[in-house]
Amino acid sequence: MALALENLKIALDGFELAADLTVQGGGFIALLGPSGAGKSTVLNAVAGFVPVASGSVRWNGTRIDTLPPGKRPVATLFQDNNLFPHLSVARNIALALTARARPTANETRQVDEALARVGLGEMGARMPGTLSGGQQSRAALARVLLQDKPLVLLDEPFSALGPGQRREMLALCRDVLGGAGRTVLFVSHDPEDAAQADAISVVIDGTVSPPRPAAEVLEDPASPLRSYLGK
Amino acid sequence: MARGAGTIAALLVLSLIAVPIGAVIWTAGGIAGLSAADWAAFRFTIWQALVSAGLSVLLAIPVARALARRRFRGRAALITLLGAPFVLPVIVAVMGLVSIFGRSGLVNTVLAGIGLPPVTIYGPQGVILAHVFFNLPLAVRMLVHGWLSIPAERFRVAAQLGQPVGRLLEWPMLRRTVPGVFVVIFLVCTTSFAVALILGGGPRATTLELAIYQAVRFEFDLGGAATLALIQLGVCVLAMAALIVVEAPDALGAGLDRTVERWDGSPRLDGLVMALAALFLILPLAAIILSGLPGLQQVPVSVYAAAGRSVIVALASMTLCILLAITIVTHGQNWPRVVATLPLSVTALVLGTGLFIVVFPFLRPSSVALPVTALMNALFALPFAVRILSTARDDAEAQFGRLADGLALSGWARMRVLILPRIRRPLGFAAGLAAALSMGDLGVITLFASGGQETLPLAMFRLMAAYQMEAAAGAAVLLVALSLGVFWLFDRGGRVGAGA
Repeated sequence: MALALENLKIALDGFELAADLTVQGGGFIALLGPSGAGKSTVLNAVAGFVPVASGSVRWNGTRIDTLPPGKRPVATLFQDNNLFPHLSVARNIALALTARARPTANETRQVDEALARVGLGEMGARMPGTLSGGQQSRAALARVLLQDKPLVLLDEPFSALGPGQRREMLALCRDVLGGAGRTVLFVSHDPEDAAQADAISVVIDGTVSPPRPAAEVLEDPASPLRSYLGK
Repeated sequence: MARGAGTIAALLVLSLIAVPIGAVIWTAGGIAGLSAADWAAFRFTIWQALVSAGLSVLLAIPVARALARRRFRGRAALITLLGAPFVLPVIVAVMGLVSIFGRSGLVNTVLAGIGLPPVTIYGPQGVILAHVFFNLPLAVRMLVHGWLSIPAERFRVAAQLGQPVGRLLEWPMLRRTVPGVFVVIFLVCTTSFAVALILGGGPRATTLELAIYQAVRFEFDLGGAATLALIQLGVCVLAMAALIVVEAPDALGAGLDRTVERWDGSPRLDGLVMALAALFLILPLAAIILSGLPGLQQVPVSVYAAAGRSVIVALASMTLCILLAITIVTHGQNWPRVVATLPLSVTALVLGTGLFIVVFPFLRPSSVALPVTALMNALFALPFAVRILSTARDDAEAQFGRLADGLALSGWARMRVLILPRIRRPLGFAAGLAAALSMGDLGVITLFASGGQETLPLAMFRLMAAYQMEAAAGAAVLLVALSLGVFWLFDRGGRVGAGA
């Protein structure tokens, strides 16, 4: 399993992004760089939310950039609005399995299991607005867990949380998603968050570098990243 | 699916406008044969619209300024009262004005008491008075929106610099806003029918709309009606073009924002201005209720049957309007929304005349009076419904569209899971508005209806025409109760459980 961005070019409102890299399946990969560098644009291109100017996005060799977002092997956790506020937590999670108003008994059991897996065992009947920020993130993670998508993109979904809770959530993602064999790409501009990744891909001024082991990148950063990290 | 349905809905709207207009143009065969009376109607239409719009805007400026810069108990109620003309049937308001300014009304009683000659509400002055009554609140709401759009910090900067707020901030805002307000009201007044029908008439106060009605209904001169309809269409299209150039401010949701704490002006003078405006609006409504409640006992049984027909027409019209609006706003492209604004550029009488021409060779027009009325009412409520729902739908898509895309929610599933729950509140408001507008409509039905087909506003008009004023006042109370009732019911329905 591998995600390949082949000579990918994106042009958006005067901003240009170029990427040519391969991410091996099953990894926990950070996209690290300053704000406005193009980290989220990379995820949006993989998820199908921005048009690709040239090049391609492939999963296991199959081109996916021509598919609509719902047909791609991708599940995304956005910075906000990950849960429909008018649906209960359980209904939100069940959307990973069915759009029907009444899930089957089997689907309900899967939802309950996913909720338990992220530590929200008794909260299925609650409305999202009654949960804390951290609990909402866990609920959204439970839905991603149920989605049959091998590639998970985290577009700073935990940015509203404090540093401790954010790292706790990243660790939980690594645990539950990694345990389920998913490949995870997450965006970060915090080197301490990025340190939890297996590998880091540096994004600076619209250029995406191939992933390298996290420790290697953080201990001996290349020059553009060095000035960003203040080293 | 959404795109296909939206395309069909937009094409249906387009054909409902184009086919009757085509029939009108075909029948008119040019505008060569205008009589002196037709020219008089044209001149009066333009003149009364200019005067009504001018007066409404001039009077609205001090009221809007007072509302924008004062916080007081009852401000929200006053703003709500200013929204009443959106849902109040025209004929009811006109009757209220007759109760105050009519032959035996409050004003003439006072004048007689101090030995002055009476004033009459019938004629050009009555038409203008009624138009100011309807459009003053509209102008106030739009101008308040303009005032509240000035950032609070700018008032503070002006205060610190010791600069006059009027010249520095308010005058530039008014220069930007007033042309749009004026053109909106001009357009409303050029297309006004019920006011001219009740208070106008004769060589001095006949509008184009009224002339069309008379040509169809009494002279059976379809060619003449078509010619007048063509001129009316031209006037509306020019006014709409002007509206696009000057850009009208918002009036539907305006006025309930937080006011800016102000230090300038006289609170007493502002209070007086607002009190006078409130009195001008409340007195006619209070007069209707007071005179109408005893009159309820004298309402003939046929009026209750008409009320039943009005409710059915309103529900059918609302359903059709909302279905069209939802399919149009979920289309995803802008052109169906542009098509949905087209009913603003034609009038019910013009389309009614066209439909009359189309159905006359095949059907007795009175046999389709109620379905045609429901259809036309839906069409004329559509621009408001589309505008109300567009913002809500676009917000829902902007917030949760990517999440829905990621979950592969499309078609009906997307509508059920995302769109309908998120637009529920504005949907209720739009449905209430469409139903109330239909309840109070006195337009197309006057062309088509014969005995046994009349709606409540038409039944009330006929009672007034027969000088059965007490029974008419009773019918007015019934009409107000039903119009406000259907509006409240749907608006409330949209709010229940929509807090998430």
